Amino acid sequence: MNDGLAVALRDVSKQFKAGVTALTGIDLEVQAREFISLIGPSGCGKSTLLRIIGDLIEPSAGSVEVNGKPAHRARLDHDYGIVFQEAVLYDWRTVGKNIALPLELLRWNREKRTARVKELLDLVELEAFADHHPWQLSGGMQQRVAIARALSFDPALLLMDEPFGALDEMTRERLNLELLRIWDASGSTIVFVTHSIPEAVFLSTRVVVMSPRPGRIAGIVEVDLPQPRTAHTREEPRFFELVTDVRERLAAGGVDLEGAA
Amino acid sequence: MASIAVEQPRQRRAHAAARGARHVGLVIAGLAVFWAFWEAYRWIGIRVGITWPFTVDATNMPHIHDMLAALTKPLQPGGPILLDYEWHWALFTAKEALVGFTLGGVIGFGLAVVLVQSRILRRGLVPYIVVSQTVPILAVAPMVVVGLGTKGVEPWVAVSVIAAYLTFFPVAMNTLRGLLSPDPRSLELMRSYAAGRRAVLWKLRVPASLPFVFSALKISATASVIGAIIGETPASIQDGLGGAIVNFNQYYSTGPERLWATNIVCAVVGLAFFAAVLVAERLVLRRAPENVA
Repeated sequence: MNDGLAVALRDVSKQFKAGVTALTGIDLEVQAREFISLIGPSGCGKSTLLRIIGDLIEPSAGSVEVNGKPAHRARLDHDYGIVFQEAVLYDWRTVGKNIALPLELLRWNREKRTARVKELLDLVELEAFADHHPWQLSGGMQQRVAIARALSFDPALLLMDEPFGALDEMTRERLNLELLRIWDASGSTIVFVTHSIPEAVFLSTRVVVMSPRPGRIAGIVEVDLPQPRTAHTREEPRFFELVTDVRERLAAGGVDLEGAA
Repeated sequence: MASIAVEQPRQRRAHAAARGARHVGLVIAGLAVFWAFWEAYRWIGIRVGITWPFTVDATNMPHIHDMLAALTKPLQPGGPILLDYEWHWALFTAKEALVGFTLGGVIGFGLAVVLVQSRILRRGLVPYIVVSQTVPILAVAPMVVVGLGTKGVEPWVAVSVIAAYLTFFPVAMNTLRGLLSPDPRSLELMRSYAAGRRAVLWKLRVPASLPFVFSALKISATASVIGAIIGETPASIQDGLGGAIVNFNQYYSTGPERLWATNIVCAVVGLAFFAAVLVAERLVLRRAPENVA
């Protein structure tokens, strides 16, 4: 929010103990209200980068600022919500209670929690499932609960680590549209990790193309498709041009597109 | 969206009732089969003269109906029937076992909560906890009874301590495993919320551990009853089932039915403890059938 910068990464690198360089020389600025995708093959460090932004992993060097403060401070201030590839819902809690988990940790009172959970269930269109348990829901529904939970305390930033990676193509495309609607309604900034090129182009305002060994930014593609995106966006010639552009940058970054599906 | 089938509460209750009836039926059928097997083995054994692994005769294998009949006969001429005595012995032993079970459960759980906080603590302490269980209970029991006795503790409390000694171990080990069971993502989620140790413990680790805890409590429920019965022996307590067993053992050759009848009562007490844990588990755990440990 400060300076309109949601995320500012300066010369970030990460070495793991085994001597593996996961990331090197990462410079990236994400404006507030942007929808940024990080795309690249397995091993390019995109998930590591997301975790560094969330202060779940510490970088070996470089500075990380979220909402104008150090990432650690931002995490303590609940400046972001996170969604993983698996929904990571707690089995023993109902859908409503799962969504309320962060609110309990923030010591919201019961009435405020109940009201907020109802709003969120409306937002992700699961009004009828508040009292169900996670194992009674399909994978797509579970992931919508995870998104609602991440949005529950209205964080300025949403970090998403391949949230739809485990879903079938049709569910995935529907949730893509739903996510854009939520992004628009919530006014948040989204950093989204994916390995699907069409998904990245469809969702994003900018696509950050990464390449592996060591993980680095190979290029950034501005997505100038008009907002709001609709199901027809995927059929526009410009969409295919951008998909091609991203694909070529991946190839230029040393990604074997035949091998790395 | 609403395409998945979810059982309605009424349907679910009907299913639960049908399942319950089936379980009771199976238990009764099981008892009937056991009874038939016992009597058949006895009948054949006596006629054929089976001597291995033990000699089959009226002393070693009394009729089951004689054991049950023994419960209805007076212990001494003109006195109360055996069942009256058994009832009081069982209550006494159950009290010792319940206190021991509770004590052991609380200690075991508390120990696991402490151990989960630090790997160094686990490395240092767990071996000693394991060693504590390799010491035979028969060797420990007199020391506990005598040791606590000199401090003025009532003998039955000492027996509870012995029951607790058998109870705490499975609870501690299983709870620890349960507390460590959350996957890295669940912990990462908590970290993203900047949740403190206490919140992680109560909102994540403890709920995740409950299926493990209940598995342990089922083991401990019967172990605490056994612990109480064994504990009464060195304590020379005459008011419980352990004392009765020692007593009837001495008159085995003349009246084996009484010992057997007491064994049945011991089994019933153990089963009651087990059933109580099972009911508690059903009430506390509401989760996917495949996740019930």
